[in-house]
Amino acid sequence: MGMWLFLFTELILFGGLFIVYAVYRFKHPEEFRLAAAELDTLVGTVNTIILLTSSLTVAMSITALQEGKKHLSLLLIGTTILFAVAFMVNKYFEWGHKFSLGIYPGSPDLTNKPQGEILYFGLYFVMTGLHALHVIIGVVVLLFVMVFIARGSVNKDSYVKLEAGGLYWHLVDIIWIFLFPLFYLIH
Amino acid sequence: MRAQRREGRIRKVLESMTTATIAAETVEPDFYHVKGKHGGILSWLLTTDHKRIGLMYLVAMGVFFLVAMTIGVLMRLELLGPGKTIIDPQTYNTFFTLHGVIMIFLFIIPGLPAVFGNFMLPIMIGAKDVFFPRLNLLSWYLYIAGGLIALIGLFLPGGPADTGWTFYVPYSIRSSANVMPSLFGAFVLGFSSILTGLNFITTIQRMRAPGMTWFKMPLFAWALYSTGWIQILATPIIGITLLLVAVERFFGVGIFDPNLGGDPVLYQHLFWIYSHPAVYIMVLPGLGAVSEIIPVFARRTIFGYKFIAFSSIAIASVGSLVWAHHMFTVGMSGTGMFIFSFLTFLVSIPSAIKVFNWIATLYKGSIALDVPLLFVLSFIVQFSIGGFTGLMLGALAVNIHVQDTYFVVSHFHYVMFGGMGFAFFAAMHYWYPKMFGRMYANKPAKIAWLMTTIGFNTLYFPMFFLGYLGMPRRYYDYLPQYQTIHVIATVGSWIMVLGILIMIANLLVGLRRGTKATANPWGGQTLEWTVASPPTLENFHEIPTVTRDPYDYSMYERPSTEAAK
Repeated sequence: MGMWLFLFTELILFGGLFIVYAVYRFKHPEEFRLAAAELDTLVGTVNTIILLTSSLTVAMSITALQEGKKHLSLLLIGTTILFAVAFMVNKYFEWGHKFSLGIYPGSPDLTNKPQGEILYFGLYFVMTGLHALHVIIGVVVLLFVMVFIARGSVNKDSYVKLEAGGLYWHLVDIIWIFLFPLFYLIH
Repeated sequence: MRAQRREGRIRKVLESMTTATIAAETVEPDFYHVKGKHGGILSWLLTTDHKRIGLMYLVAMGVFFLVAMTIGVLMRLELLGPGKTIIDPQTYNTFFTLHGVIMIFLFIIPGLPAVFGNFMLPIMIGAKDVFFPRLNLLSWYLYIAGGLIALIGLFLPGGPADTGWTFYVPYSIRSSANVMPSLFGAFVLGFSSILTGLNFITTIQRMRAPGMTWFKMPLFAWALYSTGWIQILATPIIGITLLLVAVERFFGVGIFDPNLGGDPVLYQHLFWIYSHPAVYIMVLPGLGAVSEIIPVFARRTIFGYKFIAFSSIAIASVGSLVWAHHMFTVGMSGTGMFIFSFLTFLVSIPSAIKVFNWIATLYKGSIALDVPLLFVLSFIVQFSIGGFTGLMLGALAVNIHVQDTYFVVSHFHYVMFGGMGFAFFAAMHYWYPKMFGRMYANKPAKIAWLMTTIGFNTLYFPMFFLGYLGMPRRYYDYLPQYQTIHVIATVGSWIMVLGILIMIANLLVGLRRGTKATANPWGGQTLEWTVASPPTLENFHEIPTVTRDPYDYSMYERPSTEAAK
């Protein structure tokens, strides 16, 4: 129950950012559209598939543990973490590409663009950046859970910690599900 | 012969063993003297006992309160006359910022939940601790970290933040003072608040003793429950808002900067979406404590238990919808202003219901005019004045005239200080014997109460007139026509501070010299008064089964009342 309550707080944290996005998109619809065209939809789609699959693997790991299959469970969590790493690698290249184009917060190139575009990219970096931070946090949580499973303190009869970790991972996934269309798919 | 002597010795050994066992069972040490894994200071810093954590919050909060109070006294000294009196304008700006940040984020918001919620809630619902004891300790560490981070700005070049505790943009983005530590400190404190709320909600939902249904729970628990929901749902918004200001300062992102397309009014909306519910985080636990104290000192069952319980929920819900009443002068649409004004009037109704129920409880009760009740009586009058003036501020036409004047300053000090502050003092004097196992001296406590009440009202009541006559808030300098009222207020501040210092000194002296307290010196009917003063480590030997209502004073009812029924 504690984890669910904590997830509410995370939702509202990102909710604040979505409010800001909504207000500024309402004010600058055209510029948001133009700026969104500069993002690579293919990379975004691949990342979405990666995260969705990672949610599947972590859910499967819970079932595996419930059936007493400790090694399978560990393998599945490890796969989840690998997917997360792949996501972050994609993000690194995406951001790197933007930086090389001179698009980063406070850059002279960006300041010369119309205000709607400045706002769009500001929100893009803040929101995907904060999301990426939560991906990293999620990985750390899952690593801890793996250690607990390996040691046996999380097992077939007591797996609340794995469920809680899985829930947190699903949240990270859901936030991306909302970020993806709002930044990549508007036209 | 040898057999007889040996038998005698065996009998003596058996006797002494039995006596020792009985002695050990009947004299279990209180939680201060229990032998844990660690000794000395570590037994406090590494504790997961909710009682010790509550006391650690009390000590830290006491220090922060005294610092912020001193800043307040200095501010009042500066305002004795127009122009410079003791400090320069930049220092004055940092002073009202610090006073606000410390009082709001380090004293009032954690306030009653962190101290009395932590200490009393588990005992009141018949539990041995909160649901997540280690998270509880983490909340305390986050509190200390946040406080220290926020105050680091005092020692960095550029001086502490001078933006006001509200950090309005664009000044908070552009100020050359050290705004970042305050922003980041407040962010960390937000986590402390969220985790405490999360802990209390889970504790109340999952750890009530058998037989304690929702409607057999003490009203303080209802208050903490409502407060917990606001803490969880509202605090993240201020978290993200302050984070955005920090990101903007550091990276130049441009979310709120008008030059880059940002909207300062959007900041205000986001800020107040948390900060208005925050004032309910501040006051609801105080209202809960008052609901605890009144039945005890009126020897009456509380009037309208269910109404008071639901009014806490109503305040939390409707109170989350009224935030823009802090922004009536920014240029909102008429429709928007109308809706927020209407909702503001609506949220006063559940608060008023509480006040009426308290008075109905006191009426024809068997009043014991002890110190906790005295503070509660001051509370009722002062909270009502604060509430009424809040309604005045909610009225659009009046608001345009008095917004950002001393009228507002007086209003919020009446609810936050005259309300929640006095509720804290009342709770302190009520639960003191339970927490420390001793009683404080009554006479100094009553003198302190009188001075604090008189001083408080002398300080803040004239400010209503000051604001109405046009003196703006946060102003370092002012026109000579306002001086008389400023002088009256400053003198009031001296009386009040003296009263507060006497109160604190009396409570400290009582720790050493007070008479030992019994388990139930006040005759309370809630579960905390059934355990020892101070409680043992796990509060209860066995979890009790609850059958009675929490404020069952039927044994005190007069025969004539019974016959009339």
